[in-house]
Amino acid sequence: MKAPQFAYRAPRSIKEAVTALAESEGMGKILAGGQSLVPTMNFRLARPDMLIDINRISELDFARPENGKLRIGALTRHAAFERPFFEGPLARLLADVVQHIAHVPIRTRGTFTGSLAHADPASEWCLVACTLDAEMVAHSLEGERIIPAAEYFVTTLTTALTENELLVEARLPLLDDSWKHGFCEFNRRAGDFALSMSLVALKIENGRIAEARIGIGGVEDKPVRAPDAEAYLIGKTGEAADRVEAARLASEGIQPMDDMHAPADYRRDLTRAMVRRALERALAR
Amino acid sequence: MNYIGRSVKRLEDLPLITGRGRFAADISFPNQVYMRVVRSPFAHGKLGPIDLSEALAQEGVVAIWTGKDVVDIPHIGFRLTKLADLEPYRQTILAQDRVRYVGEPIAVVFAESQAQAEDAAEVVFAEIDDLPVVIRAIDPVGEFLPGRTTEASVVRKAYGDIDDAFRRAAHVIELELYVGRHSGIPMETRGAIARFDESRQVLEMHGAAKVPHWNRATISKLLGLPLEGMHLYEGHVGGGFGIRGEVYPEDVLTCLAALRLKRPVKWIEDRKEHLLAANHSRDQHHRIRAAIDENGFILGIDDDFFTDQGGYVRTHAATVTDLACAMLPGPYVIPAYRAAGHIRLTNKTPAGTYRAPGRYETTFVRERLLDAVGHKVGIDPIEVRRRNLIPLDKIPFARGLDTLGTEVTYDSGDYFGLMDQALQRVGYEDMKKAAAERRAKGELVGIGVGYFVEKSGLGPMDEVDISVDEDGHVRVITGVASIGQGVETSMAQICAERLGASIDKITVIHGQTDLIGHGMGAFASRVTVMTGSAIYIGAGQLRERALQAAASLLQVPEAELEIDEGVISRKGQVPGPSVTLGDVVRALRPGSTLLNGNDPGLKTVAQFTADHMTYPYGFHIGQVRIDPETCGIEIEKYLVAYDIGKSINPMLVEGQLVGGACQGIGGALYEQFVYDEQGQPLATSFMDYVMPTITEMPWVDTLVREDAPSPLNPLGVKGAGEGGTNAVGATLAGAIDEALQMPGAITSLPVGPATIYNLLKKKRAA
Repeated sequence: MKAPQFAYRAPRSIKEAVTALAESEGMGKILAGGQSLVPTMNFRLARPDMLIDINRISELDFARPENGKLRIGALTRHAAFERPFFEGPLARLLADVVQHIAHVPIRTRGTFTGSLAHADPASEWCLVACTLDAEMVAHSLEGERIIPAAEYFVTTLTTALTENELLVEARLPLLDDSWKHGFCEFNRRAGDFALSMSLVALKIENGRIAEARIGIGGVEDKPVRAPDAEAYLIGKTGEAADRVEAARLASEGIQPMDDMHAPADYRRDLTRAMVRRALERALAR
Repeated sequence: MNYIGRSVKRLEDLPLITGRGRFAADISFPNQVYMRVVRSPFAHGKLGPIDLSEALAQEGVVAIWTGKDVVDIPHIGFRLTKLADLEPYRQTILAQDRVRYVGEPIAVVFAESQAQAEDAAEVVFAEIDDLPVVIRAIDPVGEFLPGRTTEASVVRKAYGDIDDAFRRAAHVIELELYVGRHSGIPMETRGAIARFDESRQVLEMHGAAKVPHWNRATISKLLGLPLEGMHLYEGHVGGGFGIRGEVYPEDVLTCLAALRLKRPVKWIEDRKEHLLAANHSRDQHHRIRAAIDENGFILGIDDDFFTDQGGYVRTHAATVTDLACAMLPGPYVIPAYRAAGHIRLTNKTPAGTYRAPGRYETTFVRERLLDAVGHKVGIDPIEVRRRNLIPLDKIPFARGLDTLGTEVTYDSGDYFGLMDQALQRVGYEDMKKAAAERRAKGELVGIGVGYFVEKSGLGPMDEVDISVDEDGHVRVITGVASIGQGVETSMAQICAERLGASIDKITVIHGQTDLIGHGMGAFASRVTVMTGSAIYIGAGQLRERALQAAASLLQVPEAELEIDEGVISRKGQVPGPSVTLGDVVRALRPGSTLLNGNDPGLKTVAQFTADHMTYPYGFHIGQVRIDPETCGIEIEKYLVAYDIGKSINPMLVEGQLVGGACQGIGGALYEQFVYDEQGQPLATSFMDYVMPTITEMPWVDTLVREDAPSPLNPLGVKGAGEGGTNAVGATLAGAIDEALQMPGAITSLPVGPATIYNLLKKKRAA
């Protein structure tokens, strides 16, 4: 359980970090919380030539609402979201979701953008980014690039980030008070990667759903949206029959993975339950 | 002072909870080298040339060995239940011509650092030509060696006229049942640190556990050392569960390297290795038939079963299969019985014992059968058990079977009594009614039960060496091991009460072969029965000698004296003239006129011998709720009722039962070593080998009874180690059946959400 040899850099600025990345010629890896990377290296499944430790880059250590967005810097740990630190539905949503991420020691070390860069299909933060159409801010020697969520997630453990890019920030839309959210996941044990999960955000105007966002994670090779179900809900009140139908549409629209923990047909039916329960929770708020 | 029967807090905990434990990985010696094992990536193949050139060129590499370097070291032999049939299936310390499971050691690297050893191990390349794999014990037998099949032996046990039972049967019930492959996963992985002490000419192995004396004898013999040329040392041990502390290839390799390299050698297993290399267990497939009469009384059982032994037969030899054959009948009369246990080699990690070996499996099988019998004749699960339990007036009950070299005779027990008390404790009738009402409202709720007889206190003997020093400190040297179960505390309690010493002045030593010549170790729930009884005897001898000497010192007749907390005085006269145990030892110095021909001091070596095991018994009852959408299973209630004969420390007994139940839940709902069709293991980390944690554990209630003390030992005790685990699979299977309203649905463990999903789908289709 010792990692293969690697070079170690601890840059003090984003510029130094992206310079090191460029020098590593594609063989460098960013170390933030290390909660996925380090075990993978110890299993010798990941073998970066160079680790670029960004923990000393103070300009990445921020999380604040600004101009209608929540800006989350690359050193923001999961645990930062456990208690809402700003007003509004988004803070409540993040505080709700974060409880499902692994265990307390992992949450105190792992980072929000680290999860996005790692892109595990069952990552809760990836689901949040997908559902809320986050923007990912990447830096390289060429400068800054903003990648919308719809283009960011490619497949399991693969994103649109190039090998020379450092994910410096994620931006989530601040939701106004007309938004309600619901989250539901199922796993065999608390803290495990979910076999299926759903995050729902609904904008309610005059007792009817004006905008619906339904995200599904842990089911395909990346988090996905349920466009048919989202469209179906517009103008509905969200009563029981609406929720059942939306959940059905969502579960019909997915191509679930099949593995030793959950066969595909089970995952599909489970997803229907997760979406329906997430909707129930959103509408009960 | 009375110590026996009190929940004394664990004496051994202070270093453990203050971070000062000394586990295997905490032990290092100057100038040590680190060992890393290169393991087979294939499940079955002919082992060709191994290219070491790149690895040998790596920085820090001291030596690399392959099979041909250790060809002079014999196979690792059997500790228990030796069968000559099994000998060709023993494992060598490194693979010679074939590899037979993924994880089998094929080479070993020694280097100056752990990282260098791992770097070099990674570039050892072996040519392996694939051979066909056998993945399940019920698959057609394959070839182990030319001329030898993968069916190593068949263990057969029987009594009564089984053919007659089936002739007379009103109904015959046939079930096919399977318990999945899982095992004990101690928090501390294995480890061994060996060094040769030139000054004493002794090879030391640190990191020992469970059975240090047997391992000392075995390893010294394998290495050609005289017995006196080797000693084993046990430090803190982070869990045993049957799998830790047996002699494995890595222990022998570490010791051999210390001799050959003339440097200390350290090997610490990593978690991935542990899941591939340490003994797996369970993995038993039963085809059971029962002849029953029209009232649900079982006339006879005929069971044909298959133990998946994995790639080799290790130290436990036929133990699991033998115990399964002998313990299957459980607490029921069953007038006729026949069992055949096929020991089948497969291309998976070798298997051995794990907490309640052979019983977790057969309790699942037997109790599934009892549930099926009840369903067949239309009676409640409790009633069908009542109709088959052995009545009180038949105890002691000779089972008509033997195991581990002893006849199975249930020494004491009130099987009806314990079940009634358990049912009363949970309020069974109300519980049943409430579950039915919830089911009527659409919930999937069900109750299951499991009854079993356990075994404990395997002989033939244990020895203790007890001595008191001039300050009144008592040292109790035992031949057992402490794998975390509270040996120091419970043994000190027995000694303190029997001798009359203060428990604070007692030190209990275990796992040090240089301090005591004999020791059987810690397994089979034997420590309290065997070593506890030896301490009871030895401490009684010292008490008598102390009183004799004190009678002379105080000029008071012996019969009028008592000892309490190390102080001897006239009964009922405190304060008054008194002497301490330390005073007595000083008065009994060599040359003392008080000796009267006896040895000086207060010391004794005492033994306890036993020809028969003692049989505790228990009853589990559990209630589950299934979420019909997620197919998740929630255990809402769980009770372990257990008759232990006599409880030395109720808190420790309760801890054993609850911890055991947790492992039972693991095997029933979560844990499984899954393999693909090529024999590749799919559960090689805690991501995929799913163990229950505190968040999945229900509240486990315990009911510990002392209604049936054992007549076989002076304390009346029976073992506590395995009763919490034994019936969990059986109990939860019954509860899930009832929750789904599908009698007999659960035929295989573990039961995960996917199983429930498929059953519910089947039910909807029907």
